[in-house]
Amino acid sequence: MTASQPFIEVRQARKCYGEIEVLKDISLTVDRGQIVAIIGPSGSGKSTLLRAINDLDPLTAGEVWLDGVRVNKTLPHRQYEKHINQMRQHIGMVFQHFNLFPHLTVRDNVTMAPKLLKGISDKEADRLAEEQLAHVGMLERIDYFPSQLSGGQKQRVAIARALAMKPKLMLFDEATSALDPELVEEVNLVMKKLAEEHMTMIIVTHEMDFAASVCDRVIFMDGGVVVEEGPPELVFRNPTQDRTRNFLRKHLEGAK
Amino acid sequence: MGLDFSVVPKFFDILLLGAFWTIAITVSSAILSFFGGIVFAVITLYAPWFIRLPFRAFEWLFMGTPLLLQLFLIYFGLVQIGIDLPAFVAGVIGLGLHFAVYNSELIQTAIIAVDRGQMEAARTLGLSRGQALRKVVIPQAVRDVIPPIGNNMIALLKDSALVSVIGVSELTLSAQRAIGRTYRPFEFYIVVAAFYYVINLGMEAVLRRIERRSQLSR
Amino acid sequence: MDTELMLKVYPFFLKAALVTVELSILTGILGLSCGALGAAARLSRFRFLRFLGAAYVSVFRGTPALIQLFILYFGGPQIGIQLDAFQAGVIGLGVNIGAYMTETMRGAIISVDKGQREAARTLGLSQFQTFRKVTLPQAMRLMIRPLGVNINALIKGTALVAAISVVELTYTAQRYIGSTYKPFEMFLIAGVLYMIIIYGTGRAVAWLDRRARIV
Repeated sequence: MTASQPFIEVRQARKCYGEIEVLKDISLTVDRGQIVAIIGPSGSGKSTLLRAINDLDPLTAGEVWLDGVRVNKTLPHRQYEKHINQMRQHIGMVFQHFNLFPHLTVRDNVTMAPKLLKGISDKEADRLAEEQLAHVGMLERIDYFPSQLSGGQKQRVAIARALAMKPKLMLFDEATSALDPELVEEVNLVMKKLAEEHMTMIIVTHEMDFAASVCDRVIFMDGGVVVEEGPPELVFRNPTQDRTRNFLRKHLEGAK
Repeated sequence: MGLDFSVVPKFFDILLLGAFWTIAITVSSAILSFFGGIVFAVITLYAPWFIRLPFRAFEWLFMGTPLLLQLFLIYFGLVQIGIDLPAFVAGVIGLGLHFAVYNSELIQTAIIAVDRGQMEAARTLGLSRGQALRKVVIPQAVRDVIPPIGNNMIALLKDSALVSVIGVSELTLSAQRAIGRTYRPFEFYIVVAAFYYVINLGMEAVLRRIERRSQLSR
Repeated sequence: MDTELMLKVYPFFLKAALVTVELSILTGILGLSCGALGAAARLSRFRFLRFLGAAYVSVFRGTPALIQLFILYFGGPQIGIQLDAFQAGVIGLGVNIGAYMTETMRGAIISVDKGQREAARTLGLSQFQTFRKVTLPQAMRLMIRPLGVNINALIKGTALVAAISVVELTYTAQRYIGSTYKPFEMFLIAGVLYMIIIYGTGRAVAWLDRRARIV
């Protein structure tokens, strides 16, 4: 592996569902500590791309690399399962619908995977849970069940759960889309905090303001291809492509 | 021949012992049927076809025939192939497997109904499929079916009377013994019915408590 | 597997299967009648009838069917009820399954949308007319499937009369297991016959259910 190799690289990614091609030959790189927003209309393939990075939706063709290791290696089934479980420990993911485990308390949601996969002791696990929950401002709810939390609180716990695995990279799949408007800000604040700590993040979002204020780079996708990418001030202020302009205009109208 | 309940108290200790065995066989079979139900559900949903298909046939046979017939098969069949089990053990196996098949049906449906996002979230954290099933999906599925499984367990209590025919000295057989000495079937069967009724009420109360306790974690 | 023996004895099983079918039909008719009466009592305007209905359900569902059967058959003569084993079987099992069917029917009736009742009443139908013309037809559709579950249990439950020596399938299987020492073969014959009856009935119920859903 050469030193110049990017932290994350997607090479010629293609994804087909039967006849329909949802990702058409996508390549992109992300540097360590970079924060990238992926925007685009629904059905543009942005979520599929995100979910291909940790192989939740396996690619039809193409490669995904993280820190010099190929994520979607070609291996016999059993070895591949082992490999991908290893890789996923380094890739945190936050879902639109939180997907907290309802049968576990907040504490156990955060510590279940580290205990099971890293074999840490109960004491260490408790410390880890307290540390991570304090980080997202949810320490006082440590012994609650998810059903007792608001949407914003659930999402903050979900972020803590992902962070407890000490990932190298965080993926956010429309993390605030399912929230009531007044609850969006608390989650955005946590994400901003992570950005300030230089966590590498890839964020699929509908919130242009948030993308503009937090991200280093914006990728606009449409119809399974990357139409335009660059720093937010360029993509948002001076898009070069008509499709980008149309999308942003429609989105702005929709927001009003 | 009129009714005369005055003979009953003399046999009260025998009946109490019978009640103890009825509770023992119900609890043992319930535990077997609960864990058996989980194992059967996992086999039905996830095992390779050469295990799944014969297993389906076994399930089909168990759901399509009476418990009493199955008890005869297990008790006499095992003797036939040289395994001479105590009647109690044969009864627990028969009742336990019978209800495991019913519990499995419930658990299967519940596993399928657990939100796909739960499996995804667990896999995203790096859990293997087996770990995700064990730690995330199955606990939720089981929690969701506590009420109907509870109903099965209450049915199990009443069906435990059937093991008297293979010679387990539980309540029903104890009553038959007392009747053999007194020729008072009506009195003893009524008293035994009351015993079952009380155990039944106790079980319902316990189940309601378990249900209430599992409310929060959903 | 001793197929020769199986071929020799299966006609006796066939005859026994007919007894099981006969028992199932009679028990089913009695059970449905008890269920309808029970449900009517449980939904009655009169507190006493509601209490009677609830007591019926609670007692007959709260104790084993086998004990109920024994009380009737062995204890009956003590209080002047003389029945042969077959009659005792039909009455004992029918009244027992009736308690379960009571709950099934009541459940279906109360789950018919309240708006339906209100709509009928605003049209000027009386309470009884509303029940007969609006609530009941919809409830009938809802109860076919759960009643099918009751009937499935009822057919398997007829095996209990083997304990009072009615010569039906399970009793026959038990006797032949005892005399031939071939439990698997005997189980297989009886099992196949039971499955034909049970899955056949299941099919019929599913067909009824589908038809009821179209209209």
